[in-house]
Amino acid sequence: MNIRAQVSSVFHLDKCIGCHTCSIACKNLWTDRKGAEYMWWNNVETKPGTGYPTRWEDQEQYRGGWERAEAVLKLGGRGGLLGKIFYNPALPDMDDYYEPFTYKYGDLISAPAGNDQPTARPVSMVTGKPMKIEAGPNWDDDLSGSNVYAANDPGVVKLSDEEQQQMFAIEKMVMFYLPRICNHCLNAGCVASCPSGAIYKRGEDGIVLINQDKCRGWRMCVSACPYKKTYYGWTTGKSEKCILCYPRQEAGEAPACFHSCVGRIRYLGVLLYDADRIEEVALNEDRDLAAAQRDIILDPFDPQVQADARRAGIPEQVLQAARKSPVYKFVKQWAVALPLHPEFRTLPMLFYVPPMLPVISRENQGRQQLADEFFTTLEKARLPIRYLAGLFAGGNEEEVKAVYRRLIAVRMQRRSVSVGDLDAAEVEKAAELAGLTTDQIDALYRMTALTRITERIVVPPMLREQAIEAGMDPEEYKQGMGFGSRKAPKRRW
Amino acid sequence: MMDLILFGIFPYVAVALAVAVGIYRYTIDRYSWSSQSSQFLEKKALFWGSVPWHYAILLILLAHFLAFLVPGAWDALLEAPLRLLLLEATGMALGICTLLALLLLIVRRAGNARLCAVTTRADWLLLILLLLQVATGVIIATTLRWGGLWYAHTISPWLWSLLTLRPDIQYLAVMPAVVKLHAFNGFLLLAIFPFSRLVHVVSVPFTYLSRPYQVVVWYRRRARLG
Repeated sequence: MNIRAQVSSVFHLDKCIGCHTCSIACKNLWTDRKGAEYMWWNNVETKPGTGYPTRWEDQEQYRGGWERAEAVLKLGGRGGLLGKIFYNPALPDMDDYYEPFTYKYGDLISAPAGNDQPTARPVSMVTGKPMKIEAGPNWDDDLSGSNVYAANDPGVVKLSDEEQQQMFAIEKMVMFYLPRICNHCLNAGCVASCPSGAIYKRGEDGIVLINQDKCRGWRMCVSACPYKKTYYGWTTGKSEKCILCYPRQEAGEAPACFHSCVGRIRYLGVLLYDADRIEEVALNEDRDLAAAQRDIILDPFDPQVQADARRAGIPEQVLQAARKSPVYKFVKQWAVALPLHPEFRTLPMLFYVPPMLPVISRENQGRQQLADEFFTTLEKARLPIRYLAGLFAGGNEEEVKAVYRRLIAVRMQRRSVSVGDLDAAEVEKAAELAGLTTDQIDALYRMTALTRITERIVVPPMLREQAIEAGMDPEEYKQGMGFGSRKAPKRRW
Repeated sequence: MMDLILFGIFPYVAVALAVAVGIYRYTIDRYSWSSQSSQFLEKKALFWGSVPWHYAILLILLAHFLAFLVPGAWDALLEAPLRLLLLEATGMALGICTLLALLLLIVRRAGNARLCAVTTRADWLLLILLLLQVATGVIIATTLRWGGLWYAHTISPWLWSLLTLRPDIQYLAVMPAVVKLHAFNGFLLLAIFPFSRLVHVVSVPFTYLSRPYQVVVWYRRRARLG
């Protein structure tokens, strides 16, 4: 037993309205500079859709994540990876994201008088030359009025023709939003692939960072991260990624994307897990991965776990935070949150509550009928369960169905409380099917709909004064992240 | 006099610059230490340039280094005419390979607007010096045959005389101009190495082969140790 603490999160997709406020908060704080324009450490994509970078989920193309059998990176073994150091065949290039652009706004006021309205031509932020814009941030937002994006979603391509037709039928077309940040994985592909050993996990809180002074720009991490959440800085020759706003967390504040979330979909808290079992979990079959990952998360209320954690040096304050963690409740107690693409085997520590699409209720002669036709309705959902299982459960539909049973039970109980038109027996039956007690359902409803920021986002005390400032120069501690250091992150030599 | 400056003094200046500026840059501005890859901006031509360039130049440098380090063994190896012929042919092929690959890389950089945006003057200087180096190398290989042999008896002793701090420039003074240029340019490249993107050549990530996949850094434990 090797207990560690991990700052983890839950995104509740039913609440996401796709407003991109999170992306903007992140961009303003961290990537608003030359060479980082194209980077969106936080992005929100429309699903089904091709995402950012285009078709990032297709690991036959990008070689991200791990192979199951040999516990080696999909990118290759150690020797093979070094052999590709002069040219990485699986590296996405700028056109897989988009070429950043701006407009020559000055032309609007400086153009000489004439018969035509002056225009602001688009210019590339790489070359400074006029360009034809062919892609941009959120280019496929809301599917851009086209079915091309959804039809090319790697998850949709795997579905049967019938299922695809069902998805794209006129007036039945569905979509939802998928906000993505770095998952701060337990078995991170980026860490494992770095030839320089520059990427590391912080032991105390599990945040994955790139040491900017050690990074040599070999860019293996960009390929090896199956979520494409490390980005190559083409002006600096260094790779960068989401830092989970650790400077804000160390000051007790929520990460910027969490804090600014309009839909309040984001929950943050500490999870305790057994680090000795990471590899064992990663060796599971695709369909068992979500459950196996849930299994190594430990119960912070268990006195034995607490004792072991104390022995492992986890401070009392962090244990307290773990008991208050909303993530523990969502993932473990209520089991309604699943990891994104567990089959990549990096053990992502960001979990998603799948969206309730569509609302599974049916009017029958003026009465709501739910539990009776529950399973048939679930299977006839407009968004096939198989698609969601491909996203959140390594293809295991049972896993996703179990989540929906719980979410439906919450809805029915709330409907019976607030509207009162449901048969009490039906509500009870739904709760029984879901395996939740009335109290649990109430708590789940409360956490989903009513809680304030202090309950949604429980930043553990990072104990800077004990952990860092007592022992080392805080500047050095930053490991030259490039942010807030004394030298600008740009090329000098 | 010129020979003395170029082949007796300049090599020391070059080595001193490489070491001093290299250490300075590594300690003071390690953030700048990078391979400065441009694959993100262009990758089709890069494949045909970068891969042959790197593997061929590494083998050629290895041959130069071995013949300098162990001239006796090198000589013994090339005693048999067949082995000599094989080495010369391989060397020639690799040399032409580096030349073509480098020309491709230069054309690629000059012809692509995105790449021009990330190319500094130091990058162009480096490319030109490298081109000069491989071009003179190929010329030497074609016009002054059996370099595999005479290198061990002329260049190697000169380099050893430099290394033992008793520079003997006579070995170089009698050489044709193209060999002199090749030798001088070699040290010039060494001199500008710490000022350019060439620094990546000393960052060979061999430790990757033996380190554990996952890296965990503990501040608390480190603080306690310190």
